[in-house]
Amino acid sequence: MDISVTLRGQTHDLALKNPVLTASGTFGCGLEFAPYGDLKSLGGIVVKGISLLPREGNPCPRVVETAAGMLNAVGLQNDGVEDFCAHKLPSLPWRDTPIIANIYAASADEFADLAARLNVEDGVAALEINVSCPNVAKGGVLFGQDPTLAAAVTSAVRKAAPRKHVMVKLSPNVTDIALMAKSVEEAGADSVSCINTLLGMAVDLRLRRPKLANVLGGLSGPAIKPVALRCVWQIVQAVHIPVVGVGGIVNAHDALEFILAGAHAVQIGSGNFMRPDCAFAVAAQLSAACEEIGITSMEELRGTLQNGSALQCKHTATA
Amino acid sequence: MCRARRAFDLSGAEPLLTEGQSSIYTACMQSKPILSRLPALELTPFGPAGPEGEYRFFALRLPRPGWESWRPGQFLMLRPAAFGLELPWARPFSICHTTARCLICFFQVCGRGTRRMAQLKHGEEVNVWGPLGNGFAVEPDSQTLLLAGGMGIVPFVGYVNAHPKPWNTSMLFGHREPLQCYPVDNIHEYIPLDSLRETRHGELDNFIFTLNERMRDCAEQNGLVLACGPLPFLQTVRKFAKELKARTQISLENTMACGVGACLGCVTRTSDAWPTPEKRGGLVQACRQGPVFWADQVKL
Ligand SMILES: Cc1cc2nc3c(=O)[nH]c(=O)nc-3n(C[C@H](O)[C@H](O)[C@H](O)COP(=O)(O)OP(=O)(O)OC[C@H]3O[C@@H](n4cnc5c(N)ncnc54)[C@H](O)[C@@H]3O)c2cc1C
Ligand SMILES: Cc1cc2nc3c(=O)[nH]c(=O)nc-3n(C[C@H](O)[C@H](O)[C@H](O)COP(=O)(O)O)c2cc1C
Ligand code: FES
Repeated sequence: MDISVTLRGQTHDLALKNPVLTASGTFGCGLEFAPYGDLKSLGGIVVKGISLLPREGNPCPRVVETAAGMLNAVGLQNDGVEDFCAHKLPSLPWRDTPIIANIYAASADEFADLAARLNVEDGVAALEINVSCPNVAKGGVLFGQDPTLAAAVTSAVRKAAPRKHVMVKLSPNVTDIALMAKSVEEAGADSVSCINTLLGMAVDLRLRRPKLANVLGGLSGPAIKPVALRCVWQIVQAVHIPVVGVGGIVNAHDALEFILAGAHAVQIGSGNFMRPDCAFAVAAQLSAACEEIGITSMEELRGTLQNGSALQCKHTATA
Repeated sequence: MCRARRAFDLSGAEPLLTEGQSSIYTACMQSKPILSRLPALELTPFGPAGPEGEYRFFALRLPRPGWESWRPGQFLMLRPAAFGLELPWARPFSICHTTARCLICFFQVCGRGTRRMAQLKHGEEVNVWGPLGNGFAVEPDSQTLLLAGGMGIVPFVGYVNAHPKPWNTSMLFGHREPLQCYPVDNIHEYIPLDSLRETRHGELDNFIFTLNERMRDCAEQNGLVLACGPLPFLQTVRKFAKELKARTQISLENTMACGVGACLGCVTRTSDAWPTPEKRGGLVQACRQGPVFWADQVKL
């Protein structure tokens, strides 16, 4: 069965052999997971967030497990864009699987510099702009919470990286996520991915201390799936560009639920920690899961969610 | 499941290393980790039961995964299927021992995950990935002092079993719970073991004093010191290693979400003695560049 999808952007399309990508920050640069599956079997690999210069991130403890999820305040530790281009990218199977660079910067200008640097790399298929990371005191959270700032960053990256598909990763920590999506669409985004982590915290009652050194962290994992589905659904109603669903996806059925809500593709994040072959398994099992629910292509399912009242009618009709 | 014991059956144990084969370790380092879905075979409680009849220390026997080889000090990530969606992370455990057919992990109940593990039934599915990390140095002809604090004893079971000249090694073991809670007999079988139990105030000072003496003796013979245990214990060992100029490796128990180098939750800071200049004073993943580090190369 053909489960390929194309993210049809305003400037560039991104063709995927299947709709299963990995989520930034949960899959390293990809090679960490090579022992557990064939990287080429994935629809795409979104690598750990990259900044212009190396970053240390936040102090430890910076991850903690919570009920059906986890909090992280890693704070975008990475070795910088030059290290990525020189050492990581060449070892990745970029000819066979799109590599998507997740980028983070503290200003629109810095975003543009970073995008321009990656624009010349043949191994990079797309850029995913992280406007939504809640962990960094400067930048991140502000871009993602202000439609004007998010649009400014999007158009800066769009201009600086004319060769690349530009995806914008939205934060759920906003009042109206559809408004954010519309704003980045108008600014030239080819697609949006959602959601990044939800701002949260955990405390140790006995020690009377926060469990994360940073106090606040981003919640991810199965616990956030309902929020992610809601965001995808609201955004799909509001924009024309493709939406990539992220949040709590751990198996093929979860993935299909997002497609049903209108997503074109999905990303697997914390699921990779539950078992290191999680993303590979979702990609491998997707065809079978489609057959199980009687569909022969992603188009057949995408966005076919019936609205509440229609469901009710059907329900009374059969009753 | 069955009566508490102090040692597990090691019959069928094959030596991991024979004399003159130290190069095997380079090969082992490259042994690729794999993910295995295994049925739990047996859970053996150790030590006395609590007031409610509950045990807190267990040896868990699993079928041996298809590993080519492993090094003592390496670890695995273990996640029972029963963790469901509720406990998303696997838990890291030292590889205690393997036989031709079995893999043994040894654990103490201390939180949600290990509490669930203590209820594993025969045949219940467990996902295991490993072997992970680097492992301890083996210098067959050096005096080797093993320092274990509590559950830090676990990787040394495999270590003494694999050591080509165990008569060159000895162990100092500090613990809080009764000795029967720990797999000491599997170590005693091979090497001399001194244990000190800390139950009252002041006993810790005694342990630290002995620790210092033993490290001094070892350092004077240019021996090798290997330590595994809780952070305060490792901090003391590291301090003495510096003072006594003892060649010392320590195994860190940082919180780990992935075990494979991806989440960056387990990082530790390196010192100026770190081998690669660009990472000096920077952060490295304990799950990949460790969990075993030369004491002078990291900050704690
Ligand atoms: C490389 C490595 C090897 C280890 N080997 C063993 C072993 O052989 N036997 C054994 O019993 N334990 C070992 N541990 C510790 C073991 O992983 C933890 O005890 C376990 O993860 C706790 O899980 P839990 O769900 O029961 O506790 P949680 O509910 O997660 O936490 C309960 C308590 O345990 C502490 N804790 C949580 N995770 C860790 C951790 N990774 N290390 C230390 N403390 C932790 C928490 O701070 C908390 O105080 C090892 C840890 C590492 C990193
Ligand atoms: C440890 C960790 C690190 C992350 N790092 C990044 C990052 O660098 N950039 C980014 O855009 N999102 C990052 N995320 C967010 C994930 O990509 C994803 O959006 C989020 O975890 C929700 O998906 P999940 O529930 O499947 O994990 C990180 C998440 C985790 C758990
Ligand atoms: S445990 Fe995830 S990077 Fe070490």
